[in-house]
Amino acid sequence: MNGQARMEREVRAILDGAQGAVPPEIHPEAVRRGGRMLRRRRVLRRLTWLALCLALTAFFVWVLLARPWVEPPSKTTPPLTGW
Amino acid sequence: MRERRASQDARRAREFEAFVAGAAGRLLHAATLLTTEPPDDNPRARKLITAALARTYASWDRLRGEDPYDRARQELALRFARAAWHQHRGYGGVLRHLGPQERLILVLRLYEGVGEEQVSALLGLPMERVRTIHARAVALVLHPPRGPAPAAALERVPS
Repeated sequence: MNGQARMEREVRAILDGAQGAVPPEIHPEAVRRGGRMLRRRRVLRRLTWLALCLALTAFFVWVLLARPWVEPPSKTTPPLTGW
Repeated sequence: MRERRASQDARRAREFEAFVAGAAGRLLHAATLLTTEPPDDNPRARKLITAALARTYASWDRLRGEDPYDRARQELALRFARAAWHQHRGYGGVLRHLGPQERLILVLRLYEGVGEEQVSALLGLPMERVRTIHARAVALVLHPPRGPAPAAALERVPS
C-alpha cells in the first residue's frame, strides 16, 4: 500500500470523529427560509409574465394605430419639368 | 391549480423532512469540520447548513432525479468557499492548522468522498491544483506545525 493512501486513511479516521447532535430548530428554519425563497421566485415569475403580456398588448395596440406597413405618403414632390 | 400546489407543498414538506432527518447530522459534521468549531458549540456551522438546506428546499421541485444530498453538499461547499476567504484563522478542532481552501478540499475529498474531478469542477480549480492542495492538507493534519497555528500558515490564503 503506498504512503499517500495510508495517510489518507489515517486522516479519514480523524475526520470521522465524534459527531455532535443536530439542533431541532434547523429543519423548521430551513423550511421557513426555503419557503420564502420559493414564494419570492413565484412572485417574480408572475411579475415577469405580467410585464411581458403588457409589453405585447402595447405593441399590438401601437401596430393597429400606427399601421407601420402602410407606405407613408411621399414627402418630396417630384421635380416638375417640361412645361 | 391551487389544489395541485397544495399537494406539491405537502409532498415537498414530507420528503424534505425525511431528507433532513437522514442527512443533517452528516452535513453538520462536515460543516463543523470546515469552520473548525467544537462539535457542541458550532453556531457558524449551523448557520451554514441551515442556509444550504434552505436553498435545497427551495430547489426541491426542480431536482429532477438529482440526489438532494449532492445539492445540499454543493450549496454548503460554495457558501463556505464564498464566505471563508474573509476568515483565515481556525478556531480549534482537528483542521485548525489548515487554511479554508485546504479544509474545504480535504473535507470534500476524504470525509464526503467526492472525486477529484468533481471537486475541481465544483470549485473551478484545475485538477492539478486540487491534488496539490489535498496532499498538503493531508500532510498538515498528520504532521501539524508545533504550537498554535503560526502566522505564516494563516497567510497562505488561496488565490
